Amino acid sequence: MPSVLLSQADIISTVEFNHTGELLATGDKGGRVVIFQREPESKNAPHSQGEYDVYSTFQSHEPEFDYLKSLEIEEKINKIKWLPQQNAAHSLLSTNDKTIKLWKITERDKRPEGYNLKDEEGKLKDLSTVTSLQVPVLKPMDLMVEVSPRRIFANGHTYHINSISVNSDCETYMSADDLRINLWHLAITDRSFNIVDIKPANMEDLTEVITASEFHPHHCNLFVYSSSKGSLRLCDMRAAALCDKHSKLFEEPEDPSNRSFFSEIISSVSDVKFSHSGRYMLTRDYLTVKVWDLNMEARPIETYQVHDYLRSKLCSLYESDCIFDKFECAWNGSDSVIMTGAYNNFFRMFDRNTKRDVTLEASRESSKPRAVLKPRRVCVGGKRRRDDISVDSLDFTKKILHTAWHPAENIIAIAATNNLYIFQDKVNSDMH
Amino acid sequence: IIYLKLFQEMEDKVTSPEKAEEAKLKARYPHLGQKPGGSDFLRKRLQKGQKYFDSGDYNMAKAKMKNKQLPAAAPDKTEVTGDHIPTPQDLPQRKPSLVASKLAG
Repeated sequence: MPSVLLSQADIISTVEFNHTGELLATGDKGGRVVIFQREPESKNAPHSQGEYDVYSTFQSHEPEFDYLKSLEIEEKINKIKWLPQQNAAHSLLSTNDKTIKLWKITERDKRPEGYNLKDEEGKLKDLSTVTSLQVPVLKPMDLMVEVSPRRIFANGHTYHINSISVNSDCETYMSADDLRINLWHLAITDRSFNIVDIKPANMEDLTEVITASEFHPHHCNLFVYSSSKGSLRLCDMRAAALCDKHSKLFEEPEDPSNRSFFSEIISSVSDVKFSHSGRYMLTRDYLTVKVWDLNMEARPIETYQVHDYLRSKLCSLYESDCIFDKFECAWNGSDSVIMTGAYNNFFRMFDRNTKRDVTLEASRESSKPRAVLKPRRVCVGGKRRRDDISVDSLDFTKKILHTAWHPAENIIAIAATNNLYIFQDKVNSDMH
Repeated sequence: IIYLKLFQEMEDKVTSPEKAEEAKLKARYPHLGQKPGGSDFLRKRLQKGQKYFDSGDYNMAKAKMKNKQLPAAAPDKTEVTGDHIPTPQDLPQRKPSLVASKLAG
């Protein structure tokens, strides 16, 4: 059997731009975080066009063992969320299955020189040689980026954390696992408030789990969580301390005649994202992305097919576990285009206004620096064009689960297994 | 009447690729649970990462397996309990975390 050369630890598990888009953080299966910074566009190097370079890297989480439960805790970074920048430092939250950490990233580009009592190496001077006093001055030095863990929020979750979300109040954040959601204060690590608990009294009665959760971008009292049954629940923290009772339930009615063994599995929502406007929600389930209007609970206002041709492959996708893959979704800055990943290193974009969509590929072979991405097409039999890929030759090990869109510009970050692609697009001219 | 029912079934298969896939799956795994995506599947999801049952079981198995050759741990959908209990030798070696990420260049 051929051996896999890919190092498991290098698999990227999350990608996130900060609020200005200047920084891009990635987390991987080995518990490491790499932060990229966009270089300012300079007149001297017009070709650099604000490219992203490595800014800092650090080990966020280590593998642990829970002796009480005989459970191994993976160091894989599930999610990274940036805090809004409040001073010169940058802060982010990173989480694995069990523990959330607050990291502070600071820059040092000056150092004091000219001490009276110490020499340049820091050794104490012979005081008899000191004849006059000098005032130390700050001299420039090579930029040093320092990262330190400021808070560790541990022991808050029995089950596996799937989401974290910073509140618009910039003081609190939430963490969600399969059955519970906790509210934390960013400065307090020894306690958290449980705000959602869907654990049944008898685990035999378990029918659904929490799959993703997010705070509303503007209303600090509202948050949404999605379930494995395909429903969304909007909760209001002002209504009650424990938000088990939802304020709104968003669920698309199912056609009972179309129900199959796979129906519930493929309806499981793998990601939910509020639009920047706060008016809409975007969800991803196995085959589609859907846009929901917060004012309409009965059904989504838009549904886009990501790869409907997989419907006739569900049996083998179930056997290979691919049917349980958790794809993420993203909005562009103006909420007019949505993006999500697929298989074969393909990712899809849907323009909500023109209703046009495009399939693009993230791979070394198909994209050279500064070349225009060529739209791809999957054919399902019938007329086949020259560069089409047939459904049967799709590589299901090449999945694009994690994607991120710059908050303001047309810059996207695509994680293809262990490679990170950053695409900058001038105009959406390639939509067909 | 039987003819019409057969026709309806065939139509179902033609109009619903999903139902055809379901039939394929049921043919391969006739004992597949009646409640798809129900408690069994969810409970397995909640137990992700469980490597050991408890130390009592671990020691019992070690004593039992003393003279037997341990079968290689096959990663499959069934829970790892019973006769095969992972020993430290079975577990894949962890890569030391000091190695820097490839992305950091």
